[in-house]
Amino acid sequence: MRLIADSRHYAAFERLARSQLRHPQSAVGTLLVAVFLILALFGPQLAPHPNPNDQSHDVRRPPTLDLGRLHLGEHPFGTDRLGRDVYSRVILGAGSIFQIAGLGTLISVALGSALGLFMGYQGGWVDEIIGRIIDALLAIPALLLALVLIGIIRNLDFDAGSWQAALADNVILLVISLLYIPIVARVARSTTLDIKTREFVEAAQIRGESQPYIIFREILPSVIPSLVVEASLRFSYAIFLVASLGFLGFGARPPSPDWGLMVNENRGGFYQLTPWALEFPALAIAILVIAVNLMSDGIRRAVQKGS
Amino acid sequence: MLHFLRRRFLFFFFTYLVSSLTIFFLLRILPGDPARVIAGGREATEEQVAQIRVELGLDASLPQQYLTWAADFIRGDWGDTIAFRGALNRDLIIERSVNSARLAAVALLMSAPLSLALGVIAGLFENKLPDILISLLTLSVVSLPEFVTGLFLINIVALRWGRGELAQSLGWWFPSSSAVPANASFAEMLPALWLPAFAATLVLLAYISRLTRAGVIEELKRDYVRTAALKGIPWRTVIWRHVLRNALLPTITVIAISISWLVSGLVVIEYVFGFPGLGSLLIAAIERRDLLLVQAIAMVTVTVILFANLFADAAYALLNPRVELS
Repeated sequence: MRLIADSRHYAAFERLARSQLRHPQSAVGTLLVAVFLILALFGPQLAPHPNPNDQSHDVRRPPTLDLGRLHLGEHPFGTDRLGRDVYSRVILGAGSIFQIAGLGTLISVALGSALGLFMGYQGGWVDEIIGRIIDALLAIPALLLALVLIGIIRNLDFDAGSWQAALADNVILLVISLLYIPIVARVARSTTLDIKTREFVEAAQIRGESQPYIIFREILPSVIPSLVVEASLRFSYAIFLVASLGFLGFGARPPSPDWGLMVNENRGGFYQLTPWALEFPALAIAILVIAVNLMSDGIRRAVQKGS
Repeated sequence: MLHFLRRRFLFFFFTYLVSSLTIFFLLRILPGDPARVIAGGREATEEQVAQIRVELGLDASLPQQYLTWAADFIRGDWGDTIAFRGALNRDLIIERSVNSARLAAVALLMSAPLSLALGVIAGLFENKLPDILISLLTLSVVSLPEFVTGLFLINIVALRWGRGELAQSLGWWFPSSSAVPANASFAEMLPALWLPAFAATLVLLAYISRLTRAGVIEELKRDYVRTAALKGIPWRTVIWRHVLRNALLPTITVIAISISWLVSGLVVIEYVFGFPGLGSLLIAAIERRDLLLVQAIAMVTVTVILFANLFADAAYALLNPRVELS
């Protein structure tokens, strides 16, 4: 029994991989995301200067990167005005953006799909009320809600070590999860409504299976494809949001090597002095966002074709 | 039809209620004392906090506070600003809203025709080269965060091009900052509007063109298209007279919904370009802990979005009598 389930999962994965490879743009996107993931996981080992705030270098050194000769040099992306190696900071910055966007996606998909499955299966007035509230909440622009929430939570004074303080430290993760739970719930709900009427669900109901059993063992497997698509879409929006919040000064705090923050710290008058300190993190954001978009577009296409 | 509009109005009021409750309670039920935050955090004396509590009616019960606040908002009494001493929240917000509306109008005028054209072309050439190129464009360049494209525009178009000989001899260049006085007239503001409006155009481009593409593809698969083609009507006529007519009708709704996207995008774009709009006011208000101003801005934004959606649905229902209640 276990074996059959595993081989079915493997077949779905293989179909996805094949489809990604057939479309060059999806293959490139997936490959780039994998490269960034490696940077995120092994950043401290890969960066020549593992301390992002190592100020022991000469200040404002131009990049030594030579693409023609494939030569990195001492400071491939130059140093910023404080004498920090931009190359190391860009590598080290991959970790936080993946961690926040990835965890935020996982939390919102887990909780959102649970809520959506429950709403869709339950139906009736519970579904109607929660559904209308979700519709109404989605009328408020996500960025506005995020800025207001982060602004308020950050300005509150908490005693160090309390659970509120721990919450405030992870406020961006919290906000991303909160923003995306209703969106995921809506997708899971509409798919559940469709699956609920199938014969195998009716059969389980007649067999007298419990409600959790029907929701998780009978309905969930059929909802997973649309959840995978939604998760990849949420991940790309989360990356976008984390970068934007960092840039607006509502994300990581200095001196963290957050890409958005690095872009913000080096714009304006500093741009003329050290353009590379802004351009390389901006380029990293640009490539990651495009890569994640191409990958999730490929996943969507593969899943829609498969079903 | 009437039934549809009635349901739509009901939903409008319900949405308005839920979002205003959200905005109100976000700033109330969070741990911490709003009066203390407004008074200036831990440094504020007990008397100051107590005084603000009475001034804002924070000593009343929560439902009562909500009703007072909502009534004040409808009457236009949005309180005094703390962040910008001496000004009324209302005056400040109206002035900045007008600026943001100008920026949004220029952006919509640029993006609507462009993205509709791209969407129609992509839809007519589904999965062929033009479609792949357009989808690659909308997935890549256009889907970048607004601050990346904004900074790119500032650095390339304003700084590099503006200092080039060609731009100087033509007398045609763009300012690298859009930090114009907040009370400037539209004509004075216009030169500073082009670049941020272009950045906003990119935000909308991907969204509108993708939905237009989907609409065209769906319409092309309808039976009447096949019938018209089999009757011998030239393909060109089928496209212009039948397909586009039906496919472009829903884009009224799409453009109205995209206002919500535009609002988020404008917050970042105004910040990047230093433009004195509602978005940059919001960021300043949050940074300076001006809770009342934040609340009022959020309410104004939600009001604009909800009305845009309502009008779009009503217009769509009037233009397309087949629209049904679901």
